Amino acid sequence: MSKRSTPTEGNGVPPAAGQSPATELQRSEFVVRKERLYGWLIASCAVLTILVTVGIIAALSGKAIVFWTEISPVTFFTGTEWSPIINNAYGVLPLVSGTLIVTLCSALIALPIGLAAAIYLSEYASERARSVLKPALEILAGVPTVIYGYMALVYITPLFQGVLPLSVQLVPPSIPLVPEFTLTVPALQTFNVLSASIVVGIMIIPMVSSISEDALRAVPDSLRQAGYGLGSTKFDVSTKIVVPAATSGIVASYVLAISRAIGETMAVTMAMGMSPQMPHFPNVLDNLAVSSQTITAAMVQIAGADSLGHGPTYEAMFALGLTLFCITLSMNMMAELIRRHFREVYE
Amino acid sequence: MSEHERTQTQPSTVDAESTVGEDEQSTGARTVIEARDVSVYYGQEQALQDVDLEIPRRQVTAIIGPSGCGKSTFLRCINRMNDLVDAARVDGRLRFDGTDVYGPEVDPVALRRRVGMVFQHPNPFPKSIYDNVAYGLRIHGRTDELDERVERALQRAALFEEVSDQLEKSALALSGGQQQRLCIARCLAVDPEIILMDEPASALDPVATSKIEDLIESLAEEYTVIIVTHNMQQAARISDQTAVFLTGGELAEYDDTDTIFEDPDSQRVEDYITGKFG
Ligand SMILES: Nc1ncnc2c1ncn2[C@@H]1O[C@H](COP(=O)(O)OP(=O)(O)O)[C@@H](O)[C@H]1O
Ligand SMILES: [Mg+2]
Repeated sequence: MSKRSTPTEGNGVPPAAGQSPATELQRSEFVVRKERLYGWLIASCAVLTILVTVGIIAALSGKAIVFWTEISPVTFFTGTEWSPIINNAYGVLPLVSGTLIVTLCSALIALPIGLAAAIYLSEYASERARSVLKPALEILAGVPTVIYGYMALVYITPLFQGVLPLSVQLVPPSIPLVPEFTLTVPALQTFNVLSASIVVGIMIIPMVSSISEDALRAVPDSLRQAGYGLGSTKFDVSTKIVVPAATSGIVASYVLAISRAIGETMAVTMAMGMSPQMPHFPNVLDNLAVSSQTITAAMVQIAGADSLGHGPTYEAMFALGLTLFCITLSMNMMAELIRRHFREVYE
Repeated sequence: MSEHERTQTQPSTVDAESTVGEDEQSTGARTVIEARDVSVYYGQEQALQDVDLEIPRRQVTAIIGPSGCGKSTFLRCINRMNDLVDAARVDGRLRFDGTDVYGPEVDPVALRRRVGMVFQHPNPFPKSIYDNVAYGLRIHGRTDELDERVERALQRAALFEEVSDQLEKSALALSGGQQQRLCIARCLAVDPEIILMDEPASALDPVATSKIEDLIESLAEEYTVIIVTHNMQQAARISDQTAVFLTGGELAEYDDTDTIFEDPDSQRVEDYITGKFG
């Protein structure tokens, strides 16, 4: 900004110009000053956001380091039990696992549905359908997360409890020689990972679909024309031309949505309770049926306890915050790498 | 759906092809596109007025005229790309190999596999050179001998020599002229019978343009080429027939290219060709 405007400013303000009206090749001093002021204002806003980010990292790290002098980082990062208040156990792995399981399951729901919705809105929907659906999605995005948590607890969990547990025989017993294989879906606890994942998934669909839709609509129409000219169906054009051409935008929407899922607190606390769990093997479905705890939910729990203000339990909150921050940061960096890769391929 | 469609339209193709084979000499059967009273409306506005035209097989037919006179509109009637424009409505009859293109049994998707199109601005997909050419074959499920088909298409588009060692590179890294020949290769890969070209060289420099012109002349040995051009010298150089559209969307004259450029019937066409207007 400053580089481009410097020469004009230098010439635009001759010392003697004073109040005399600007000649054709000059601008009045007032205009130049105003311009410079706007530049400063905009720059200071940018600086402010950077300062806030740096401030957050500094605040987190300060207390987190205090925590790690009391509890060794090795214990923190490799411990398999999180029970700060009762057992003085500060192993973060169960919380990381809870966070990752909820994030993975909600992403499995939201990424395909969100992308399909984006394709529909951008490629298939008539103007009228769009004018109804876009605002509807925005309303979905605006629902307070506590309401999603409530929905999970009061409606979704009972709904699944009605049909579960369930045993499905995948290989019919009539087939000889093949060993019998039965898929067993366990009964749900009152607080469970499944309903938390579903509501978090629903919560992040609008983010995926609206950002992906922007990316899809930005694909030049000439590519669609080329596709139709070759005898493509609408589905071919949408999935084999438009979606690949919009990959970097779609990846961006996925990353933002996943970051949101990782950071989600209220709905997961309400829907899946507060019992940290290490992952269950080999019955992976058990992971969904039980109550668990995410990093964010553990932080809320500590913040609500009476140990506030001192001691390792309190400082653990900052170590957790920093861990969470590092997870989202590495997500974003990974996404940036993916985007660069596609940019190299496509541009 | 498309498979079903192909089985529907194929018999008529085979019939038409064999009749053509028999009496290639007789002029009537050489017509591949026959337009009768074709009118096109965009909403209330008429873009083409009662166009009557017969386009012969395996020749280059040029369509010239001032801008906005409906050249692109006519071209897009032939492969039903106008279907994609909500406001567009087509009247009259347009036959391809004797089949009414707008008839109820014709699926535009299947039609466009036999009537390829090259656009004014090169529009390669943001994929590798190879994937661009293979795209049409893949969506039509013709993936046997894919490498050979891709190579052959690139060769017929006179591009293979230049790109043979960089097939995995992005198509967007090519020059404008190369991109346009890639688009032609992409179109040839699916073996269309007709190739529609809408001002294919207007965005290119003179050297690239002359390469495209040479290519078009060689394509006419195997394909029917219908080319819209802004450039009258280009039409005179490469085409066998020329149709002159004039403002308002009427077909002013249609004849052998030599006749159009040396001895046109109407004064208006002569004025247009000698540059008095348009
Ligand atoms: N998609 C469209 N919607 C409305 N009018 C159109 C559309 N495409 C073309 N037209 C109109 O139809 C007329 C012919 O256009 P076109 O066929 O593109 O002309 P040319 O290719 O000869 O320059 C023009 O008046 C143009 O404004
Ligand atoms: Mg045009």
